[in-house]
Amino acid sequence: MFWDWEYAFEVLPVLAGASIITIQATVLGFILALVLGLIFAIMRMSRNRAISGATTAVVEFIRSTPLLIQIFFIYFVLPEFGIVLDAFLAGTLALGIHYATYCSEVYRAGIEAIPRGQWEAATALNLSPTTTFRDIIIPQAIPPVVPALGNYLVALFKETPLLSAIAVLELMQTAKILGSQNFRYIEPITLVGGFFLIFSLIASAANRYAERRLSTIGKR
Amino acid sequence: MVRFSGVTKRYGDLTVLDNLDLDVAPQEKVAIIGPSGSGKTTVLRMLMTLERIDDGVIYVDGRPLTHMESNGGLVRANEKYLRSVRGDIGMVFQHFNLFPHMTVLRNCTEAPINVLGLPKAQAEERAVELLELVGLGDKLGEYPQRLSGGQKQRVAIARALAMRPKVMLFDEVTSALDPELVGEVLNAIRMLGKQFQLTMLMVTHQMGFAKEFADRVCFFYEGKIHEEGPPEQIFNAPERERTQQFLSAVLEAG
Repeated sequence: MFWDWEYAFEVLPVLAGASIITIQATVLGFILALVLGLIFAIMRMSRNRAISGATTAVVEFIRSTPLLIQIFFIYFVLPEFGIVLDAFLAGTLALGIHYATYCSEVYRAGIEAIPRGQWEAATALNLSPTTTFRDIIIPQAIPPVVPALGNYLVALFKETPLLSAIAVLELMQTAKILGSQNFRYIEPITLVGGFFLIFSLIASAANRYAERRLSTIGKR
Repeated sequence: MVRFSGVTKRYGDLTVLDNLDLDVAPQEKVAIIGPSGSGKTTVLRMLMTLERIDDGVIYVDGRPLTHMESNGGLVRANEKYLRSVRGDIGMVFQHFNLFPHMTVLRNCTEAPINVLGLPKAQAEERAVELLELVGLGDKLGEYPQRLSGGQKQRVAIARALAMRPKVMLFDEVTSALDPELVGEVLNAIRMLGKQFQLTMLMVTHQMGFAKEFADRVCFFYEGKIHEEGPPEQIFNAPERERTQQFLSAVLEAG
């Protein structure tokens, strides 16, 4: 028989366990991307040319090179410089940093959409740059870009199989191991695909819901 | 209180303010009128440090605002210095510029808490007092979007006042309002003039208000003060031709 149900049910619990690693990598990587992305966005807007220039160069560099190479670099090359990370940490770090550069562009668009008058009012009230960002700019810049950030969450999630390249025991790697042990790939790989499909659909639905909620808040 | 000394502002080839000298006494109320493009709004924006100055120095309360002393001379002020001197000045904008994601009350407490370091309760007490003064004591929890233009502008006035400035700048504060809402904002400004010891500079197109409220009227033309004097003189017996032309055009339009 082409599809072996018995085998599928046998590997399902193993894959379910591995999915926890995938979700952990996604969540931790995305949190890093959100925080670091905001830092990149603010540094790029710095009036200090050296800071904004250096940040722009770093962001463009990361954005323009493949994530897989960055994963390899962090895992295999950094140890040469004495920085040894375990595979999960290295992979999650690479995901987070890579997506931080995308998120920073999204934040930047949100920040640039804030009317000039808001900045001027903040200056007229003598608010410090920190207070201006924290209380005036960021709270207005982020809600409109939540859907765009949500899309990157789904995209990051779908790139976690790349971590199998450095043998992180996430879904893809686990499926590969199961396949090679039993000489049957179709069930584990299909199940992994199904798992990604279901979670992506759930995340997209949540994202659309958030988008609707935010647009109603905006009309308050 | 405020002194412009040889202040020049250029945008590329265009000279918006040309070697401006202007002295404003403490608690004096100066109305700035003139055709668009005459540099009148730029005067306020430079005083609020929203625009850089190209030449000259502005003094506030005897201290240079745009420059700081260094090695016995004056150098252009950096951001840190600007923050230390800006506190004496408050500004109300044509388009209100309220913070839309904050309630009316929070709009008025944000800066006192974060800049002056007031405890929340004290900042709120001060804000409520000012909002009541401008007739908005019942709107504390509202968001700006639910207010009329006149109400927004009165919140903006209370917000600026909550910082206890010595100098208040009004930049065409009624220009974006529907005609029937102009009166309530002008009334609020009138009341401030009586209640607080403020120096005021206002750019306005409300000639009637300028005439009644201001101690002095400056007519700007091509980046210079073309004519200035007490309102009776400027409005009733302007000496220079440009002033006459401007006033007759404005008064004709109603």
